[in-house]
Amino acid sequence: MWELLIIIVPSAIAYTMPLLMGALGGLYSERSGVTNLCIEGLMLFGCFASAATIVKLQAIPGFSYNLAIVIGIVVAMLASTLLAALHAFASINLKADQTISGTAINMLSTALSLFLAQTITGSGNITVVRAVIRSDVPLLSKIPVIGPLFFSESYWTTWICIAVWISSYFLLYKTSFGLRLRACGEHPSAVASAGVNVHKMRYIGVLTSGFLSGLGGACILVTYAGEYNAGAGINGLGFLAIAALIFGQWKPLGILGSTAFFGLCMTIANIGRILPAFSGIPMAVLGAFPYVATLIALVFSSKKSAAPLASGQPF
Amino acid sequence: MNKGKVINKPLEARKASPLLVSVSAVILGMLAGCILILVIGKNPITGYSKLFMGALSNKRKIGATIGLSTQLIFAGLSFSFAYKTGLFNIGGSGQMLVGGITCSLLAHMLPAGIPRPIYLVIIILAAILAGGLWGFISGFLKAKFNVHEVVSCIMLNWIAYWICYDFIPRFIIDPSIAVKSAPIANERTLRSGIFTALFGKTTTANLGFLLAIAAVVLIWFILNKTTLGFNLKAVGANRYCAEYAGIKVTKSIIISMAISGALCGLAGLSFYCGYSNIMEMGKMPSEGFDGIAVSLLGNATPVGSLVAGLFFGVLKNGKLSLAAIGIPTELADTIIAIIIYFAATNVLFRNFWDGLFKKSFERQEEYFSLAVKGEKTMDQVTPEERKALIKQGKELAKAKKEVK
Repeated sequence: MWELLIIIVPSAIAYTMPLLMGALGGLYSERSGVTNLCIEGLMLFGCFASAATIVKLQAIPGFSYNLAIVIGIVVAMLASTLLAALHAFASINLKADQTISGTAINMLSTALSLFLAQTITGSGNITVVRAVIRSDVPLLSKIPVIGPLFFSESYWTTWICIAVWISSYFLLYKTSFGLRLRACGEHPSAVASAGVNVHKMRYIGVLTSGFLSGLGGACILVTYAGEYNAGAGINGLGFLAIAALIFGQWKPLGILGSTAFFGLCMTIANIGRILPAFSGIPMAVLGAFPYVATLIALVFSSKKSAAPLASGQPF
Repeated sequence: MNKGKVINKPLEARKASPLLVSVSAVILGMLAGCILILVIGKNPITGYSKLFMGALSNKRKIGATIGLSTQLIFAGLSFSFAYKTGLFNIGGSGQMLVGGITCSLLAHMLPAGIPRPIYLVIIILAAILAGGLWGFISGFLKAKFNVHEVVSCIMLNWIAYWICYDFIPRFIIDPSIAVKSAPIANERTLRSGIFTALFGKTTTANLGFLLAIAAVVLIWFILNKTTLGFNLKAVGANRYCAEYAGIKVTKSIIISMAISGALCGLAGLSFYCGYSNIMEMGKMPSEGFDGIAVSLLGNATPVGSLVAGLFFGVLKNGKLSLAAIGIPTELADTIIAIIIYFAATNVLFRNFWDGLFKKSFERQEEYFSLAVKGEKTMDQVTPEERKALIKQGKELAKAKKEVK
């Protein structure tokens, strides 16, 4: 049992972080009142942008691999923000149907990243030379039980994601900015009458969601994937993030729990076949497991929904 | 009979029609495609001529375009139907997969003695039932548990994907190619002599196309001429109002998703038992998502879906010829995605065209009052007189300008 935990928990953390970033991005957007179904597209574009950047930079002789990864992550965040700006423009200024706009962004992201990947590499798949190397956190990894589970063999991107999550919690719940942002999703006219620019707050919400989804997409690439795959994309991870957002009832603590649950499911689906404990189960059952678990989780959590009241309504 | 009758209604500037808005979106999408081709250093005119020639230049290619369009029409129709009820059926791919796998299994396993007409009825019904079931699950979860249909549809897509991943190797695998199913024999598919006579022996056009046209008519009839269609549209327009009027909202949602799913099941039938005749492991058909594009471009109407489906079929078939001149074939998908973005932001075009129409209307009004010296208004004369007076006013205005 202990051996199993030692393999599963660090992987589950690695799988959780991109989901957490996607869900947190969705949280910013929906709490500001803009339904964001394009997390998938934003994450995919972040994944592609970081892959293209890192491959180009790592090909330069003598260029530091780690610096290339850092630049790749930053580029991914900016690229996804740019794509999110399209969604923001359509849904805030043009008052378009936000579900359709989100779907259009998803399709645009898939097609555009494929198109660019084909022009760049020819095959459409981009594999980075070296991703982030796992390392033990000094001191903390020596703590018994917790150390080997949470602090050894970890990616440094994980700690960035956790820091982003903690600061988001404070930003949203302990500052006046956070109060305004959340109020924009509940009752925008009340916020407007208090002299706050609702359009600006919603722009901030959607752009932040692009920024964080880009980080999530880059995390997929530089941690466990190591490759931008034209065919598979990111396997609906962005939609899982949205499901985690609903399951977590649009609250930071809730989405941490729900993404951890989905991360665990993804881990079992992906590395289950090499573990002896799961070897008797057919691959298709393991593969479908996260999605079935999500559906069941949604059945139990959607009935009394705590969705922001004005989410999806143009102002 | 109405000729010469003075209209009592006050005249208004023209409003932009959905067709004009869709055509604007298409043109802008194509322009964006031009820019992309220019960015990678190729000539857009050769690119587009290659694209359209590749889809329409001879009857073999036209056949292939029709074969490809069939799924798109079904998927677009499916999305339109759900959209009219206020539902967003993004699960077309999964519904296609379950429809496809059911029909493929039947095609391989039904005893050989069944006459072809009965066989066709069986697989068509099977596709409708399988796709309908997949749509029903989403609708049921939405109606009873308030699960957002977009998320449940995506989850069901992946569940269908893994079901196929399991069923293909278990039942219908082609032993020589370990990732694909064995091809279905021609007489067990929807391919038919009518189409081979028209488009050549190996054409992918199949009976599914006729089925799609029948479905367009049927869905148009249901939506516009039946109580069921009225109820569904009422729920889509305003859920609470419909509930107040005594329409059972939960039932409508479930029925709508089931019918929508059934249409995608038929898309799966025409795709896997007519167009490709094999199923690949680990492949999600993109048609389910393209259906959204088709429907939105077609203004979510059945006939619009038919036309838009054929148009996207041209793009998707023609793109295969692009690789020959060094343009990535994904260009066509990018263009489709951009068209959809523009279709989603149609407010922009509508405002643009409405503004343009209003301006020209105001100018006409100005000329008119100049001609009649403000004694009459435009709606007090017949259209012919109005036209003449506007022309007269225009010349007057011109003369005035020259004097100045």
